[in-house]
Amino acid sequence: MEKNYAIESNKLSIHYGHFTAVRDVSIKIEPQKITAIIGPSGCGKSTLLRALNRMNDFVPGCHVTGELLLQGQNLYGRDIDPVEVRRKIGMVFQKPNPFPKSIYENIAWGARINGFKGKMDDLVEQSLRSAALWDEVKDKLQESAYALSGGQQQRLCIARTIAIQPEIILMDEPASALDPISTLRIEELMQELKKNYTIIIVTHNMQQAARASDFTAMMMIDDQRAGGVIEFDETKKIFTRPQDKRTEDYVTGRFG
Amino acid sequence: MNKNMNTNNHYPQGQDFRHVLNARYRVATVWQTLFLSALLIAIISLMALIYNVVDGAFGYIAYEYKNDPSEFTSTPLAELTQEELAAILKENLSSGAYKKLNNEQPVAERSQADLFTLFMERLVQLDTKGTWSMTDSLMNGEEIRAEVAKKYPKAQLEFRSWLTPQFLVTPMSSKAEFAGVRTAVLGSLWLVGIAILFALPIGTGAAIYLQEYAPKNWFTSIIQTNINNLAGVPSIVYGMLGLAIFVRVLEPLTSGALFGVTDSNGRTILSAGLTMGVLVLPLIIINAQEAIKAVPDSLRQAAYGVGATRWQTVWYHVLPNSLPGILTGSILALSRALGETAPLIVVGASTFISLDPSGPFSKFTALPIQIYQWTTRAQSEFHAIAAGAIIVLLVLLLSLNATAVLLRNRFQRRW
Ligand SMILES: Nc1ncnc2c1ncn2[C@@H]1O[C@H](COP(=O)(O)OP(=O)(O)OP(=O)(O)O)[C@@H](O)[C@H]1O
Ligand SMILES: [Mg+2]
Repeated sequence: MEKNYAIESNKLSIHYGHFTAVRDVSIKIEPQKITAIIGPSGCGKSTLLRALNRMNDFVPGCHVTGELLLQGQNLYGRDIDPVEVRRKIGMVFQKPNPFPKSIYENIAWGARINGFKGKMDDLVEQSLRSAALWDEVKDKLQESAYALSGGQQQRLCIARTIAIQPEIILMDEPASALDPISTLRIEELMQELKKNYTIIIVTHNMQQAARASDFTAMMMIDDQRAGGVIEFDETKKIFTRPQDKRTEDYVTGRFG
Repeated sequence: MNKNMNTNNHYPQGQDFRHVLNARYRVATVWQTLFLSALLIAIISLMALIYNVVDGAFGYIAYEYKNDPSEFTSTPLAELTQEELAAILKENLSSGAYKKLNNEQPVAERSQADLFTLFMERLVQLDTKGTWSMTDSLMNGEEIRAEVAKKYPKAQLEFRSWLTPQFLVTPMSSKAEFAGVRTAVLGSLWLVGIAILFALPIGTGAAIYLQEYAPKNWFTSIIQTNINNLAGVPSIVYGMLGLAIFVRVLEPLTSGALFGVTDSNGRTILSAGLTMGVLVLPLIIINAQEAIKAVPDSLRQAAYGVGATRWQTVWYHVLPNSLPGILTGSILALSRALGETAPLIVVGASTFISLDPSGPFSKFTALPIQIYQWTTRAQSEFHAIAAGAIIVLLVLLLSLNATAVLLRNRFQRRW
């Protein structure tokens, strides 16, 4: 029986010049679930994540082979416009990077350039509410986004991404620069968001992966230093009955 | 036993450490002194320069009237009105000369100051016997007075500033006492304006293309190297280029023939301004590139991340955030364009012109040209007005730069 996947990759490899950073990744991501990507530093998690919405187009020398299918369409196909891909697959970066504009404008800009026709004020409020930021900023929408704390900025970036209503949200260690409380808020937020969105998150935090995700992809480099997904399964299984010895070592902290 | 003294610690301890530290401080002191002296030398050179200019612009002047003013009027010089002056001129000038004046601008419409200058210049006819620098005048006043009294018994000695409001608003004249920088200042402003209008958009555009669009390959790196080198090409070369292209090849355009201007050749303000524009183009491109490079990639990613096209990213984020840097570059460019002389001579600046430039197709002169002209004259009063003109140039430079800085600070609104 054919199942509907949010996005699926087929022998996807990513190269920086002659160096293959990620090799032969074939995974199927379930819609409206949270999928965590874990693995040691330098194994290609960020590289893989960026490849999913063609953010790596801007890295000189980076190219991709294999297939990446969104609703049966190869995102690396000839007639695909990367701008459209990024419109459908939003991204939240490791370091909060709000625009040097007002809080309001941070959300409105993306909507405006994408031709949003509804009421902007409503969209801003709704996005900020979904990102659990509304109560903290509702009185200072016209103030600089840079005046927010790191955790607030990160939630603003999430709100900005939600505002353009993508189908999938990619998050690269969104909580790595945040304190435990902000981290928890972002995790709660992800649970809320998953009702409407498919979320793929890179994390170094095993508890976070175990707590917050439904599926987990374990990445590891091979002897040529190319990263690959060595195990991909339900998070429960990865953390309780891993099939691969290396996964078991890693999730139990015995790695390296 | 001291724990720190164990065999694994290879760092100096106690007394030894203090010795090493003192040696480090000594080195630091030497360098600090060197830097301070460098700064002092720079300041002293600058002061010397300013002193030198100011020294020339003020001082004693000894002059005689060829014809005494009382031959023309009984009114004291300071109280002559516009009407009186017009009448005197009409009476005493030859009819041909008066007609010529009237043709340039009707005498009745001329200002009192203008007529007074004409009166002094044409009728009274000042004859300068000598000028002295400011230092000379202040230190050796007695001797100068004695000398003048002996050599030129009829001469009047006066301490004068060559830099007067009058100097700013009167056009060129063959007599230094009545010459002004009006034409040259206007010419310079036109030049700089045309140069910036030409070079700023083109330079910024080129920088954006090179930084944001151009693929990094051998071809673009050749272009990049060329631009960097062009910034160092001697300005006279740009003058030759301007002569060949703007004055000769594009003559129909730069002379205004295409727009129905008939009494002009290619040696116009437009040609000179474009030449200056080309001259400052590399400077603007390089500065704009640096400014664009300084925009963090995370900002571009943020924009692309919400589905912006490359152009939207550039237009809404990269450009506004690099604008202060781009404007800094244009400040440098502006200063350069204002001070360059050689290319203007090659392109054909007029050396004697008393008509205000009226548009891009006028003949022109510029401040540096005027200064250069005056310094090459033998009479010392021309050196004095050259010094005055240099002060005008410096003040103009400072005020144009100040405008650009204000503009930049306005754009530099930080979030
Ligand atoms: N722009 C780039 N150019 C060349 N090589 C790169 C580039 N970015 C990453 N790499 C290489 O690709 C490999 C994977 O890097 P990546 O950033 O994807 O790792 P990661 O798993 O995200 O690590 P971390 O957990 O530390 O963030 C590394 O060997 C890295 O050196
Ligand atoms: Mg990473």
